[in-house]
Amino acid sequence: MANLTGMTEEKRIKSESLWTISFRRMRKNRTAIAGIIILFIFAVIAIFAPLIAPYDPFEQNFITSFRPPSAENFLGTDEFGRDVFSRIIYGARISLQIGFVSVFISLILGVSLGLVAGYYGGWIDMLIMRIMDLMLSFPYILLALVIMSILGPGIFNAMIAIGIVYVPQYARIVRSSVLSVKKKEYVMAAQALGASDLRIILKHVFLNSMAPIIIQTTLSIGRAIINAAGLSFLGLGAQPPTPEWGAMLSNGQDFLRNAPWIATFPGIAIALLVLGFNLVGDGFRDAFDPRLHK
Amino acid sequence: MFNYILRRVLLLIPLLLAISVVVFLMIHLIPGDPVQIMLGDKGTAEDAARLRRELGFDQPLYIQYYKFLTNLVQGDLGRSIRNRNPVINEIAAAFPATIELTVLSMIFASIIGIAAGIVSAIKQYSLIDNLTMVGALLGISMPVFWVGMMLMLIFGSRLGWLPISGRISRLADLEIITNFYLIDSILTGNWNAFRSTFSHLILPAITLATIPVAMIARMTRSTTLEILNQDYIRTARAKGLPEKVVILKHVLKNSLIPVVTIIGLQFGSFLGGAVLTETVFARAGVGRLLINGILGRDFPVIQGAVIFIASFFIFINLIVDILYSYLDPRIHYS
Repeated sequence: MANLTGMTEEKRIKSESLWTISFRRMRKNRTAIAGIIILFIFAVIAIFAPLIAPYDPFEQNFITSFRPPSAENFLGTDEFGRDVFSRIIYGARISLQIGFVSVFISLILGVSLGLVAGYYGGWIDMLIMRIMDLMLSFPYILLALVIMSILGPGIFNAMIAIGIVYVPQYARIVRSSVLSVKKKEYVMAAQALGASDLRIILKHVFLNSMAPIIIQTTLSIGRAIINAAGLSFLGLGAQPPTPEWGAMLSNGQDFLRNAPWIATFPGIAIALLVLGFNLVGDGFRDAFDPRLHK
Repeated sequence: MFNYILRRVLLLIPLLLAISVVVFLMIHLIPGDPVQIMLGDKGTAEDAARLRRELGFDQPLYIQYYKFLTNLVQGDLGRSIRNRNPVINEIAAAFPATIELTVLSMIFASIIGIAAGIVSAIKQYSLIDNLTMVGALLGISMPVFWVGMMLMLIFGSRLGWLPISGRISRLADLEIITNFYLIDSILTGNWNAFRSTFSHLILPAITLATIPVAMIARMTRSTTLEILNQDYIRTARAKGLPEKVVILKHVLKNSLIPVVTIIGLQFGSFLGGAVLTETVFARAGVGRLLINGILGRDFPVIQGAVIFIASFFIFINLIVDILYSYLDPRIHYS
């Protein structure tokens, strides 16, 4: 009888997928929930920017320049009299866009390269992975700067540069998952049944490497936002008058002594948004970690 | 061990060659005519022809690469388009500033990161643990350049405690020997200059340490927690060793192995961060040289700085790997 109960319990545990367990763990993780709330707030701000922002982010008015934070201008005004709060609100759109577009670029390139390298092996694998090693032999920001110096300044080029920089990480993750899945019996069974390479790759191999990809993607979006802000700060990313947070910081540095609010608040906005992604990323890592599952 | 080191050093050669190809091709991958882009609107037709000849653009690509590589091996990185100085001299002048900054920052990050990580692990789930981990999470979420600006604002502009830009006060009157100002001031016994250089380094070094300190603290905490659960720690406590000895002799020594690796691996982040930190604090280092090169489309300078930083990064990684195998006797390399 005792044995029978044990078996039923075992069956019940086995019937829950990794996803179900992971999402249950995620729901219980308070810091991850805090991260999700932060991201939700920023998403709402970005979507409804025209409704939330009290002023036009581009409208210049020299009479109102360098106004400190007040009831009228919640976070003060910059040297052109533009409302800092409104610019930060619109900046959320740009930063989120940069984060998602650049990580999308790395995902598409990195996942495809990793799948091809791992699945086909041989010289294709060798060639792809050596190129990835070469890319990893540059510090991230240096590689982004190399790409930027070829492409020239601009926000779109910054997204491409940052997207390319993170390709090797995805390629490595996916390749190692492919290598571990490739020899599994269900993949061999699919091959024996005559399934095409593409079907096997997408249905069996790719789905099994989803967990590390999700963790990596969440953390990468945060890093991409910081790096893009860094490129804009250096004058290589978003160009004036775009209300991009990094560009606003760069502009604010000139007035740090007399009008510190211009540089202070965009920095807080970057830190909060990136913190949101880091909290959620850490939450996913804990949730998907099989060692932590009971 | 010797064979392992030899193999690693030999493996560097193809990697360095590959980097040289990438850096060489940079200039040829620019959309449009690189000579026109470098000269801007001011260049005449003769200027363009001269620059084209100087850069060897009138020759086939493989000859250009061969020349680039032979010059590179001899330490000739060409001349800056803006000020006509040899690029190698520009790098030699800027490099000590970057090294002073990164080394001091690394020391800050290691001391604070390791101490915070160990205290956090020993007092797991306490207020100090929670505060450290929240601080570490904030550390990796804040943009480095913003942290620098806030430190400048508070400790430079508002409190007036520390200088906010440059490498040394003009009044320090330092005789330059090695270009490492800290070393030069010691060599010449100029303590005023030493104080001035050091005070100019504090804010940039703290800024640059923000992310590594957070990473090191997190890593030290998790390795220390693992070690605290090991049998030999229980044995040490059971045989009545004082807690101080257990922590210093058994826990600290063992948790340092992975921490050394993470410190080494963070070196790339130090070098990358130096680009931004040097810009914020107007320090004339290699990072600032590179950014000025990119903004001024000065390709010989960009190529020189990129090759230099990447090679330096690879070299440090090699040292870390060797050090790791030396520190951890469990690792055997064939």
